[in-house]
Amino acid sequence: MTALLVDTSPVTGAPSPVRHRAGGGLWTAVRTNRKALTGLVIFLVFCLLAVAPWLFTPVRHPNELQFLPALGLSREHPLGTTTLGQDILAQLVYGTRQSLVIALVAGLFATVLSVLVGVSAAYLGGFADDVLSMLINVFLVLPTFPLIIILATYAGKGSLLVILVVLVLTGWSYGANQLRAQTLSLRNRDFLESARVRGERRSYIIVAEVLPTMTSLIVANFLGAALYSVLTAAGLQFLGLGDANSTSWGTMLYWAQSQQALQSGLPLWSLAPGLCVALLGASFALINYAFDEISNPALRPVRRPRARRRDSGGS
Amino acid sequence: MRFVLRRLGFFVLTLWAALTVNFFIPRLMPGSPLQALRDRTHNKLSPAALEQMLTSYGFKPNQNVVVQYLDYLQNMVTGHWGVSIGATLGEPVTRVVRQALPWTLGLVGTATILAFALGSLIGIVAGWKRGGRLDALLPPVFVVTSALPYFWVGLLFILVFSVWTGGLLPSDFNYDPHLQPSLSLGFAGNVLLHAVLPAGTIVVTAIGGWILTMRNNMITTLAEDYVRMGRAKGLSNGRIMTTYAARNALLPNLSGFAMSLGFVISGAILVEYVFNYPGLGYLLYNAVQNTDYPLMQALFMLFTVAVLVSVLLCDFATAWLDPRARAKG
Repeated sequence: MTALLVDTSPVTGAPSPVRHRAGGGLWTAVRTNRKALTGLVIFLVFCLLAVAPWLFTPVRHPNELQFLPALGLSREHPLGTTTLGQDILAQLVYGTRQSLVIALVAGLFATVLSVLVGVSAAYLGGFADDVLSMLINVFLVLPTFPLIIILATYAGKGSLLVILVVLVLTGWSYGANQLRAQTLSLRNRDFLESARVRGERRSYIIVAEVLPTMTSLIVANFLGAALYSVLTAAGLQFLGLGDANSTSWGTMLYWAQSQQALQSGLPLWSLAPGLCVALLGASFALINYAFDEISNPALRPVRRPRARRRDSGGS
Repeated sequence: MRFVLRRLGFFVLTLWAALTVNFFIPRLMPGSPLQALRDRTHNKLSPAALEQMLTSYGFKPNQNVVVQYLDYLQNMVTGHWGVSIGATLGEPVTRVVRQALPWTLGLVGTATILAFALGSLIGIVAGWKRGGRLDALLPPVFVVTSALPYFWVGLLFILVFSVWTGGLLPSDFNYDPHLQPSLSLGFAGNVLLHAVLPAGTIVVTAIGGWILTMRNNMITTLAEDYVRMGRAKGLSNGRIMTTYAARNALLPNLSGFAMSLGFVISGAILVEYVFNYPGLGYLLYNAVQNTDYPLMQALFMLFTVAVLVSVLLCDFATAWLDPRARAKG
């Protein structure tokens, strides 16, 4: 059952020698790539918002109904208030944390799972590979969003933990598929052969020899999984399958929709959190795309002789 | 032949796995369907009637799990999907599904095909004119659009084209509720008008991915020897672009396209929700809201079958179009 989807899946980037420029070279590459820089700046701004929300708004309890409802834009309320009497900017600022946590945690665990399954499937081979790649393929074709909705409903609406578990469960298979394909292509390379001849343990070979050569692919997978998690979590909360009392962008969207924000002249209530989701998603996508360019020089924009010379010197 | 058998084997195995997941999720999770049903009907129905209702979709709480499971598998495969116990109480699930299916197929199917065709075309041109104005502008723009939450794009469209313009384009339903469905031109126009915003939402968010992958495939293909050979032979640029480079660059995208066709019937839940469009996705959302387990199970199976069928077709298509894939088996 060796994977119908594996053969056709594009493997991002050739197995390039990322190892050699893991330090300063990578930083240079990120700095000279405008897409990477833009993505990184957006991401860092959101990190700051998540860590220190009190720096950006005087409101301390964003969910409390403490203001007059449906106020327009003013100095006290730069984005106005909701029809329930909450400050929109404050909700937005305090909501950053949950969205970011969902992105990073779900992205991280999904990536770990896909590395574990994908790499071990390819490296172990034989029966283990058949079973594991079957598992990957099943998860790959299961319709994700319906599954998420059903899971979230059965598991009881709300808790952040449920959303995280569901996102990880449904988000790992794509990466596992790619990593498996990449590991298969590495399996019979000389440097792994020599490690085997040296008598190294399997675990050592996987951790110290195979994984480092796939750093760029793993990072790309993490960014992809994080992007997927942000968008899906927001969609889930928008549908009302999250905790309606939590402070997050998706929950804001849910309340805005149920209070008819668009039709009642408060478009910002709905647009602002959506824009934040979009920006965070875009930052992951931009970094990911730039990473693709860095690890696969053929895709880079042309007409940049200076940057190219420096890169080819580094690799 | 071996190739066909392997693919069919995968098809059956995956379908079985999906059905099994679908069977065990409600039974492993906290909260029982019986209780949910009792709450929903506010104890108006007698326990016997509830029992009868649950039995009709194969959920017999007191029976051995193995027997339940086998019954369920048989019912799903033979099309005995039971009776809806949600908003459309008492209606056969098959009829409910049949009413919603054409709307989803029409709307999301057309939008998906449109996005793929347009995206591939733009990607081919962008990759061919490497470093041109189009190529400099497109990738960053579409990296961003493909990361947009698509329900939000829908909201934006509603705001701009419906709210601000005083209802220029309708933002609700599949046709005006006062119209009677008929085969007239006016009715068809009304349906099309109602499809513009949801379809536009899908195209805008889906097209970016196709453009980017197509562009990247194109760039990789243009470096191949057979393209250089074509140039050396003195072929026209148009010929090299279309029949040499684009045809080969399109192949890897074909499987992605097949997958996205498979996800058509399930993929646009949020768009259908935002626009109150009565398709399958909206149906699933309602089924979830009303704990309509039979409907949910039938829909989930349909969604899985759709993906599997399109993956299967894509495999055969790729094997037919690309001898290299055939050789790998």
